[in-house]
Amino acid sequence: MSQQQQPASVGIVHPQTVQFEEPLALSNGRTLDNFELIYETYGELNADKSNAVLICHALSGNHHAAGVYSDDDKRPGWWDHYIGPGKAIDTNKFFVIALNNLGGCHGSTGPNTINPATGKPWGSDFPILRCRDWVHSQARLLDHLGVEQLAAVVGGSLGGMQAMRWSLEYPDKIRHCIVIASAMNLSSQNIAFNNIARSAISKDPDWHDGHFYDFKTKPRIGLSLARKIAHVTYLSDDLMGEKFGRELKRGNFDLGTEFDYEFQIESYLEYQGDTFAESFDANTYILMTRALDYFDLAREYNDNPSEAFSHTKCGFLVISFSTDWRFAPQRSQEIVEALLAARRPVSYAEIESSYGHDAFLLPNKRYEDLFAAYMNNVAKELNNAG
Amino acid sequence: MRVDLEIIRRWVKADSRVLDLGCGDGSLMSILKEDGHACLGIEIDADNILACAAQGLSVIEQDIDKGLPNFADKSFDLVVMTQTLQATHYPHKVLQELLRVGNEGIVAFPNFANWRSRLHLGLFGHMPVSKFMPYSWYDTPNLHFCTISDFEDLCHELNITIVAKVVVEADGSQGLLTKWFPNLFGATAIYKLR
Repeated sequence: MSQQQQPASVGIVHPQTVQFEEPLALSNGRTLDNFELIYETYGELNADKSNAVLICHALSGNHHAAGVYSDDDKRPGWWDHYIGPGKAIDTNKFFVIALNNLGGCHGSTGPNTINPATGKPWGSDFPILRCRDWVHSQARLLDHLGVEQLAAVVGGSLGGMQAMRWSLEYPDKIRHCIVIASAMNLSSQNIAFNNIARSAISKDPDWHDGHFYDFKTKPRIGLSLARKIAHVTYLSDDLMGEKFGRELKRGNFDLGTEFDYEFQIESYLEYQGDTFAESFDANTYILMTRALDYFDLAREYNDNPSEAFSHTKCGFLVISFSTDWRFAPQRSQEIVEALLAARRPVSYAEIESSYGHDAFLLPNKRYEDLFAAYMNNVAKELNNAG
Repeated sequence: MRVDLEIIRRWVKADSRVLDLGCGDGSLMSILKEDGHACLGIEIDADNILACAAQGLSVIEQDIDKGLPNFADKSFDLVVMTQTLQATHYPHKVLQELLRVGNEGIVAFPNFANWRSRLHLGLFGHMPVSKFMPYSWYDTPNLHFCTISDFEDLCHELNITIVAKVVVEADGSQGLLTKWFPNLFGATAIYKLR
């Protein structure tokens, strides 16, 4: 993906951590006695503490959503295109909070941190988490920051699931819910892809039942394979054709196979997989995909999503992308239909893009304009209320 | 304000839930929202959707020609459709959907039998192109122009009750000629249906 030059950035940012000593009861019946969350904030919290926006990250995301860590840092946060001064989530207007979810591997308590009971990394003993556990832990973070009500919760993909869960668990705490390229539950096909990814990891000889830290290794091959599979599903056929076609990276059609990988797409995938395997934790990957699989918005509302949404009090913006087949527009339309049946205020757009599921992270004029227009009104509303 | 919008505004009962089919840039919704009604628009054009969002209006991207299967029967007090009927593929189906989803409907459309159109066609032998209907016949969103008489015939066929009707001229006025010969002098027809 090409990195576009940003007109404005939040600049240099510093992650912070906060330790929570009050136990957190989890949906699987277990309890975390204490936990730590790492987060970043951009912009200023206003006097009446009403302008906070929470960013919920997707499967491989983290707390570094915008800005850079130093002047020569070439890799801004994962949603830098949409968060910053004058951007869709305008940091001149909003106080933006981005965190690494519980169970993550970028600084929050998770499988790669120390289990106080054993003095060793949790590994696969780390409790299984559900979206709602994240939502409850995020609510703790808001308490810590003195935020009583969020102007908006925003999330793409798995982040959109958290945003929707927020609207149900804390209806009085959010004014707007922005759900991008998401769904009310995963399709069977989606679960199947996640299963293949998890199998790739657990069949790696370096997996050691999730306790690979003790052996000073990691299941690189498995994690890399998991990422490659996922990556293919995040792109569209058209885009891959457009970007890589049948171009050879090396070798030629006459000689046939001389190297491990010859086509451009192979080399690209290899790079993506290897990079990911170095920077991500295999246990976190399994934990996150499980949370995805088990997310079911309406399960405890008689499997009736409109009944679920009837408990919400916020406004909704739902966005999908035309070539996203992992979270297809149809799945977003189901959200809209349920919201309509629940008579909740909702806006919806299907954005034309060839980038598949990844589109929610990438520059796109129509997406930006619509997102910005909606957020501007969220800000206006705050001014009117204040 | 567009004259048809002002008339529609007066027809909307207090505290209505209003669905606007083909809401355009949200002109009508913003007026109705000001009046305290809860509005939702359906639109297919990206620029119009953006214009609605910029005004804080709820809008859903959807093609009304594919019906309104995501809307329950009688889930709105009122469904309005202004200057959209003639741009649909199946006006008769859209009308039926409109009254399935709404307790009442309001429809406004340009009258193709207006004397200006007749003049264009009858005297000059050309499809009318005017400020009001600015498109050439080969490149126009307006697929199904109809006349006031045609529309009323269709309502009769579909068992749709005409509750109220106002016909105005291009400048919004309502002279005696328009009152006596709406199908000849009227430029825009506005109907309340049930």
